[in-house]
Amino acid sequence: MHLPDSFLDAKTSLAAGGLAVVGLGAALHHARRHLPPRKVPLMGLAAAFVFAAQMINFPVAGGTSGHLVGGVLAAVLLGPSAAVIVLTAVLIVQCLMFADGGITALGANILNMGLIGGVGGWAIYFGFSRCWRGQTGRIMAAVLAAWASTVLAAVACAGELAVSHTVSWNAAFAAMAGIHVLIGVGEAAITALVLVALAQTRPELLDDMAATSGAGGLRRSYGMVAIYGTVIALALALFVSPFASQWPDGLDKTAQQLGFAGQAKTLLPAVMPEYKIAGLGTISTSVAAAIGTLVVLALAWGLARIVVPKTQSQGALETNTKDGGVESPS
Amino acid sequence: MQQWNLDTYSPRETIMHRLPAMAKLVGAVGLVVAVSLWPRHWGWYLLIPTGLLLLVTVLGRVSMRFLCWRLLTLEPLVLGVAVLALFQPVGEGVGGGGWRLAGFLMARCTLCLVTMILLSNVTPFSELLLVFRRLRVPALLVTTLALMYRYLFVLVDEAQRMKRARQSRSFAATPARRAGPAVRLRHSLGSWRTLATVVSQLFVRASERAERIYAAMCARGWDADGGGVGGGGNAGTGRVP
Repeated sequence: MHLPDSFLDAKTSLAAGGLAVVGLGAALHHARRHLPPRKVPLMGLAAAFVFAAQMINFPVAGGTSGHLVGGVLAAVLLGPSAAVIVLTAVLIVQCLMFADGGITALGANILNMGLIGGVGGWAIYFGFSRCWRGQTGRIMAAVLAAWASTVLAAVACAGELAVSHTVSWNAAFAAMAGIHVLIGVGEAAITALVLVALAQTRPELLDDMAATSGAGGLRRSYGMVAIYGTVIALALALFVSPFASQWPDGLDKTAQQLGFAGQAKTLLPAVMPEYKIAGLGTISTSVAAAIGTLVVLALAWGLARIVVPKTQSQGALETNTKDGGVESPS
Repeated sequence: MQQWNLDTYSPRETIMHRLPAMAKLVGAVGLVVAVSLWPRHWGWYLLIPTGLLLLVTVLGRVSMRFLCWRLLTLEPLVLGVAVLALFQPVGEGVGGGGWRLAGFLMARCTLCLVTMILLSNVTPFSELLLVFRRLRVPALLVTTLALMYRYLFVLVDEAQRMKRARQSRSFAATPARRAGPAVRLRHSLGSWRTLATVVSQLFVRASERAERIYAAMCARGWDADGGGVGGGGNAGTGRVP
C-alpha cells in the first residue's frame, strides 16, 4: 500500500501532506505531554519491532505468504498517539533507507497508514471493546479494527490515486479494496494471535502498556479526539467522498441513459448486488448494510473463538480495560 | 550478524558520499518533484534526468547489478498501478489511457525510485538524522528515528535467530502431500500460532531492551525532567547511548 513517487499530483500530495503534518504534530504534542520518560526508548524499539515483524512471513495457501502490517497492533499496545509516531518513523525509514514508498507521497502514506489506519483502527478497537467486555470481546475488537483499518487505508489510497487522475476510481477502488479485503483478514488473524500470545505469556506487560499509554490514552483529552477526528474526516471527505457519492448513482444513471445498463458485468458475483434486497424498497440499503455488518461481526466472533484458548483465565486481557483509564503522572 | 545488502553502499568514500547530506537530500527531493511534475508531452526529455542519475551512479560507485536488483523488488507495485492506468477511459486525467500513459507513468516512477535508492546508498542514515535535527524536526520524532535505526538490525537479527531456533526444533514439519483439507487447515493454523508467538516474543524482547536502554540513558545523564521529552537544549534530543 506504500504509494510511490509521481503517482500523486501536486494538489493531492500537498493536501495529504498538510493533513499528515497536522495529525503528526498533534500526536507529538500529545505524547510529549502524556508519555512518561521511561517510555521514550520504547517508541524507537517499537518502530524497529514493527519493521522486524513485517519480515516474518506467514504462509498462505499456494506457496504465497503474507506478513503483519502492524498498525492496529501498535495502536492497541502503545495507544493512538504513540502509534502514529511509531508508524511515521517506520514509514520514514522505509522511504529513506529502502526506497519503499515515495518521498513526495510520504504525507499521503502517513495519512493512510498512520492516521487513518492506526488511529482509525484504534478508535474501532476502543469503541468495540467498551461494548463487548471480556477477552472474546477484546480479541473481536482487535480483529474488526485490524480488518477495517486495512480496508480503510486501502480505500483512502485508491481515492488519492483517483483524485490525482492517475487511475480511474472504479479501477483503483475495485483493485485496492478487493485485494485488501482479503489481506485484512490475514492482518486481523495475525493481530489477534499475537495479542493472545502476549496475554498468555506476559499479561503484566500488557497491563503496563495499557496503564501508561494504552486504552486510556485519549481519555479526558477531547482536543486530541477532535483533531484526529477532523483530520480523518477531512481526508475521507477530500479523497473518498467525491467518488462515493458519485459512483453508484452517477455512473448507473449515465449507463441507463446511454442504454447499456444491461451490459454491465461485475468482476465477482455479489451476494447482494448493489447492496439491495429485492422487495424491501427504500430501507433495503440499510438492511443490506446491517446484514453485511452482522456477517463481518460473526466472522470476527468465530475467529476470536478459534483463537482464544478456552482454558485460559479470563483475567489477563480483561484487566486492561479496567485499569486502562489510569493517566500517567506526568 | 547476518549480512545486509540493503544499504551496503552508504558507508563509502566517493565524491558523492563526501557531499553534504543536506545538499543530497534537497537535490534528491528536487529531482523527484521535477520528475513527478514532468508534463506528458515532454516524455522523451525524461532522458535528461536519466543521464543525471547515471552520472550519480558512476560517481558514487554504486553497482548496476545492485541497483537493478533493488528496482526489481520494488517494481511490482508500480507495474500494478501502471496496468490499472491501462484501463483508464480515454480522455481522462493526464490525457487518455492506454499503453503510452502506462509507459510514461512507469518511466517517471522508475526514475523516482532510482533517485531514492541512490540517495539511500550514498548517504548514511545517521547523517540524514543530523539534517532532520537541523531542519527542526521535533526531537521526539528524531529520537524515535535514531533509536529505530540503531536497533533495527538488532531486532531483525533477533527475529531471524528465533526463526532458525524454531525451525531447528520443529524440523519444518509439513503435512503429507495427500492430506485432506482439514489436516492442512489445522497445520496452517498451528504454524500461524507459532509464528504469532515468535512475533509476540519479539515485542517482549523489544520492550525489555527498551527498559535497559532507558536505564543506560539515565545513567549517562539523559535529562528526562528538564523540559520533558526532548525539551530544552541538548537534553534528550536524540542522543542515543
